[in-house]
Amino acid sequence: MKYEAVIGIECHVELKTASKMFCGCANRFGAEPNTLVCPVCLGMPGSLPVPNAAAIEYMIRAGLAFKAAIPEYSKFDRKNYFYPDMPKNYQISQYDMPLTQGGVVRYWLDDGTIRECRLTRIHLEEDTGKSTHAGSGDGRIAGSSYSLVDFNRAGVPLMECVSEPDLRSAEEAVAFLEMLRRTLMAIGVSDVKMEEGSLRCDANVSIRPVGSETYGTKTEIKNMNSFRSVRRAIESEIARQSAMLDAGERIVQETLGWDEANGTTISMRSKELAHDYRYFPDPDLVPMEISEERVAGVRATMSPLPIERFERYTKEYGFNIKQTTQLIDAPEIAEFFDRTVEVSQHPQQTQNFVLGDLSRLANESGVAIHRSPVSPQHLGELVALVEAKTINSKIAKELLARMWAGEGSPKAIVEREGLAQTSDPAALARFVDEVLAANAASVEEYRAGKSNVFGFLVGAVMKTSRGKADPAAVNALLRERLGG
Amino acid sequence: MATIAKSAAEIARAVNARECSAREMIDATMARIEAVEPQVGAYLSVLERQARESADALDARIAAGERFPLAGVPLAVKDNLALEGTVTTCGSKMLERWVAPYTATAVRSMLAAGAIPVGKANMDEFAMGSSCENSALGVTRNPYDLQRVPGGSSGGSAASVAAHEATIALGSDTGGSIREPAAFCNLVGFKPTYGRISRYGLIAFASSLDQIGPLARSVEDAALAYDAMAGFDPMDATSLDRAVEPTAGTLREDLHGLRIGVVKQFDTHKLGADIDDVYDRALHDLEALGAEIVEVELPTADYGLATYYLIAPAECSSNLARFDGVRYGLRVEGADVAEMNERTRAAGFGPEVKRRILIGTYALSSGYYDAYYVRAQKARTLVARDFAKAFEKCDLIAAPATSSPAFRFKSKSDPYSMYLMDYYTIPMSLAGLPALSVPCGWVSPEEGGPPMPLGLQLTAPLFAERPLLAAAHAYERATMHAAKHETQLPEAAR
Repeated sequence: MKYEAVIGIECHVELKTASKMFCGCANRFGAEPNTLVCPVCLGMPGSLPVPNAAAIEYMIRAGLAFKAAIPEYSKFDRKNYFYPDMPKNYQISQYDMPLTQGGVVRYWLDDGTIRECRLTRIHLEEDTGKSTHAGSGDGRIAGSSYSLVDFNRAGVPLMECVSEPDLRSAEEAVAFLEMLRRTLMAIGVSDVKMEEGSLRCDANVSIRPVGSETYGTKTEIKNMNSFRSVRRAIESEIARQSAMLDAGERIVQETLGWDEANGTTISMRSKELAHDYRYFPDPDLVPMEISEERVAGVRATMSPLPIERFERYTKEYGFNIKQTTQLIDAPEIAEFFDRTVEVSQHPQQTQNFVLGDLSRLANESGVAIHRSPVSPQHLGELVALVEAKTINSKIAKELLARMWAGEGSPKAIVEREGLAQTSDPAALARFVDEVLAANAASVEEYRAGKSNVFGFLVGAVMKTSRGKADPAAVNALLRERLGG
Repeated sequence: MATIAKSAAEIARAVNARECSAREMIDATMARIEAVEPQVGAYLSVLERQARESADALDARIAAGERFPLAGVPLAVKDNLALEGTVTTCGSKMLERWVAPYTATAVRSMLAAGAIPVGKANMDEFAMGSSCENSALGVTRNPYDLQRVPGGSSGGSAASVAAHEATIALGSDTGGSIREPAAFCNLVGFKPTYGRISRYGLIAFASSLDQIGPLARSVEDAALAYDAMAGFDPMDATSLDRAVEPTAGTLREDLHGLRIGVVKQFDTHKLGADIDDVYDRALHDLEALGAEIVEVELPTADYGLATYYLIAPAECSSNLARFDGVRYGLRVEGADVAEMNERTRAAGFGPEVKRRILIGTYALSSGYYDAYYVRAQKARTLVARDFAKAFEKCDLIAAPATSSPAFRFKSKSDPYSMYLMDYYTIPMSLAGLPALSVPCGWVSPEEGGPPMPLGLQLTAPLFAERPLLAAAHAYERATMHAAKHETQLPEAAR
């Protein structure tokens, strides 16, 4: 039978605030174990949490980016369960009044098609510490003789983002995640690095016969460490469930772990007794009031979102998907590009420079474009000069190198040094005649049928003009004079 | 000469004036502790070395010209308050050897004011109890009758001050844990508005109810301590971010123009003729001082106890989850982490703590949450509303602090009769109101023994600590009940 997959994603994203969610400890990855800790994030008796205002602002940003509702009131709740890497044996989280509700992720597939996946909610919580199990050889808890806990991560602000089951394939799931990542990066709330654990995701997967409206039994896949493994895990799970249904078997609702090495999902046999987390409002924290003014204030600081750029670049500017994605995925470059276009008024030519010569200069020097001496204003001038045919591309290239070296406004250089392209017919004619006179032998050769000499003659004219001649005009005039 | 019988105000004046040194005060206090502590058992640890060092340091600063509002005042600190470098046990085996790595904000404020911690005071385990009998680590006796309990949970704090082993004590009050032992030990016990004093460093029992406050031998001393500790703390998200007016300088001598409410539902007849007489006389005395007595109603007061015994255990079940043997405190090894957790908690917690964790876990469980926790929160709102309404008719409310004087050890054998001890103090805690107990008379218990003190509980609207302390001071000065009987201990040198 033909099946359709129904996929929902649940992901945890660490926010890159300077300090942790409820204390002043630094929020930093990779420090020596248990060096970024204090009585609060260690859950010492008597310590109390105080919310990090920056983390709440980041949540508002995320909510705005995904067009979610930001309720006026929100609160923190305690999620109670015992786990050794959770210092208080409860996690401060949000239960029934999250900071954002609803929303939608609009994402694009490789062919540029835009799809939507609704969000259920995004809420804010604290991360746990990290356990390392020793003595079992493979780092697993089974068979280990002792465990070590690093609490550097404990209390790091964590955003939990839950999607509706709107995704229909592994490809969509990965495209959704990529969109989530690029958006959160663009709005500056997270590094979103799967390899450092600042993005962790689980997928809920079920299948149903094509055309069916009811959902099948879902399984939850955990332990996916890269977008590639997300794709493989979902594909593998869809195949497994399809084969089971084809064979007349029933899918069991369970939690599965993705085994990257063997390319299969394996049952984690977690006790599926429904956990009772005994949520209740955290009495150490007061309810949050998020005013419309505060939301408006955050909105005012936000730059264009990746999806907005995507639509502008592809629809208004006519860029292809690859170039568009390349620009968007480097938010600072996209920002630089946008500001340059405002000056140049020529998106395509601007893109050619940004992704071409400017990127090359950046690569060669190791200095990022947005940190180089070339400002959007100056690059915009340069593009405008080229587009107005005031200078030709050769001069433009030279000017760009000089701008990179810090010489400033190309317009000023052109004016100062008289570099404007010559399209004055009389001047051009003078250059052409001069060259023809000095290269009589070549002229002979050309007339004898050696057409490749033409290029040499064009070059000679350009040289004589010190690059200022308009190459197209030179071409035309030469052909005319040579009677070709 | 160091005179430990003096008030905090007198000590601070003398030490600041260099009439006696802080060191002399501490030496005298240590001598007193040595003399009476074997009978009283107020402390779980005595900070002899630290106290002498602190006193020397303070004397040096005073010599250099600095002045402190509580200079050299010997301070007892309830053992659920973190004081860096001291064992902070909460009266529990769970934390019997836990050394606090930081200092509670309230304690820090007292240190900054020049007070000198001399010991960590015994308490009911994790502040759960009304007699100090739930301490897993020691017995504390009432200095006025050593056969009787000092009250609780701040029993060690109360006994230490009553026995002159400290001049001021810090306690914590969740449902009456400052006011009840103060009443039992002939002291002033003051619970400010919830949030007035930072809870940072107070080991939580029930976060939405816990409040730190002073126990002292006079209203003025309590006011001095309150002035030192009250104020916003960025480390406590529930601490009040509003201005605090100093109280100690504004105490008054009469009650003219004050309307004092008497709660219709708090009928003192049922407490017995002796006790009823004491409270009747208290009302007459208030009237004689110029107050107008008006009757007010708290129709929901009777639901206070039930409400409290859902909310407080619910919060405690979560607050005490962190004691699991993983990071600090007691650890009893097991085959795996879960077994270690279970064994540790089975061995580390006493029966009352376990009972409340069980009640609270149940009350928060799915399927019961709405019926218990949510309803209790609604009832709590109603109690607060009742008070707000009552305060439209009066400025303060007068009520008993307890339904009886201090009782004998092991006389309240079932938990419920112990819970009833907090009947008069719990509603104020639920409403977050400032309330204090001030000595108001003595009764001779039927079962014999020396006369025992009773406390008058005065309650004010939110944030009205200033008129509350002022009125209590006037009443205290006019009646002088506290001075009418001595403890069973040798007299403290005057």
